[in-house]
Amino acid sequence: MATREEVLEGLAEIVNEIAGIPTEDVALDKSFTDDLDVDSLSMVEVVVAAEERFGAKIPDDEVKNLKTVGDAVDFIVANA
Amino acid sequence: MVVTGIGAFTPLGGDAATFWEGLLAGKSGVRALTEDWAAELPVRIAARVAVEPGEILPRPLARKLDRSAQFALIAAREAWKDAGYEAPATDDANPLAPERLGAVIASGIGGVTTLLDQYDVLKEQGVRKVSPHTVPMLMPNSPAANVGLEVGARAGVHTPVSACASGAEAIGYAIEMIRTGRADVVVAGGTEAAIHPLPIVAFSNMMAMSKNNEDPEHASRPYDKGRDGFVLGEGAGVVVLESAEHAAARGARVYCEAVGQGLSSDAHHIAQPEPTGAGVARAVDDLFARNDLDKSEVVHVNAHATSTPQGDTAEIKALRRTLGEHLDHVAISATKSMTGHLLGGAGGIETVATVLALYNRIAPPTVNVVDLDDDIDADIVRDEARKLPVDGRIAALNNSFGFGGHNVVLAFRTV
Repeated sequence: MATREEVLEGLAEIVNEIAGIPTEDVALDKSFTDDLDVDSLSMVEVVVAAEERFGAKIPDDEVKNLKTVGDAVDFIVANA
Repeated sequence: MVVTGIGAFTPLGGDAATFWEGLLAGKSGVRALTEDWAAELPVRIAARVAVEPGEILPRPLARKLDRSAQFALIAAREAWKDAGYEAPATDDANPLAPERLGAVIASGIGGVTTLLDQYDVLKEQGVRKVSPHTVPMLMPNSPAANVGLEVGARAGVHTPVSACASGAEAIGYAIEMIRTGRADVVVAGGTEAAIHPLPIVAFSNMMAMSKNNEDPEHASRPYDKGRDGFVLGEGAGVVVLESAEHAAARGARVYCEAVGQGLSSDAHHIAQPEPTGAGVARAVDDLFARNDLDKSEVVHVNAHATSTPQGDTAEIKALRRTLGEHLDHVAISATKSMTGHLLGGAGGIETVATVLALYNRIAPPTVNVVDLDDDIDADIVRDEARKLPVDGRIAALNNSFGFGGHNVVLAFRTV
């Protein structure tokens, strides 16, 4: 079971890989689309990479609810 | 119309200046393919780009673009800057209205390596791993669309497709966009990235490619008796075309005039050139019939000349048929002897070469002509670059022909 800190750290690395945003800028209150240059297509990549890394299943209809990094961290911690 | 900017990402160099230097030096960009996948192929040579696009484009951008779009974007950025534009037309800093700017970039095959690589991902790693960027990457209009986004083009973004004539057809289309008043400025060119085992085997099985694996640098040999097919190249060439009035109003540097295009189609065979050159000759005739250009002005042709036995001869026959005795005063260069054949990218880089030939009044050489074919009844610029007439207005043609029987002849002239 990953902690919230570990999930945030992992997501930051994933967002860095996909969108080129520095890991330190990937904070809980940041919006994927508005702050981190992750559009709807790149969000699919983030989701697939996060599923693989944390062993959580993120259903397609859940992705639209993951607006901020904090939303994603909460979902992954609750469902991993 | 005039040419105000050029950009090239090629096997001879990653920008127009090093490309031109390589052409004048008679440098070959053809190398042995050393990848594991090439080991068992009948053809193991190709002309890769001189600089990897990953060294230039930031990774998050590069991973969303097919290699063909990466090349086009790099060449377009160079051409845009070279034309004196610092910002996209959508930016307030650029006085050019985006509604007056177009982009026409073509490729022959589109995002073929993305398509094939993602199919491998699907088979080997499963449904979830297929990239959500696959469709916008593989669609053949992707290079045009990405260049259009980059420069802020809202007059229209287009992708004419005609196999190896695609790049030239794109530039011809751009000329018409300006001529008919749809745009003042158009970024136009061709790109291709098809060095992958499937396209190589497919072309090879058509008996279209040179199998001279032992001597890569001498494999592409247009007009030589020993020529045995084309060598696959990759890269992109892009020009900025502009109405003469628009260029003059902003005091832009002008390389040359873009006079116009001649077009025809063979209705002969899906892949074989029409052997008498009749189809190509009709394109040349069409050029002179519809444009203010006199045959006597033409002093240079950047030929299609891919190094196939039939095609090279048919093109020269067509030029003899249309230009008659004047052909004896025309310096013909087959730059594919150095770059390989960029398919839909060929018309792009060869237009850049033609523009630079006029601007510098030098015709680049044709390398690897050791034993000139007896059927090549024309003045081929062999081995060394040659000076073109230093005085007066001179014009040059750039020929491109594609599988399917598409013939495109572009004409440029000094200003």
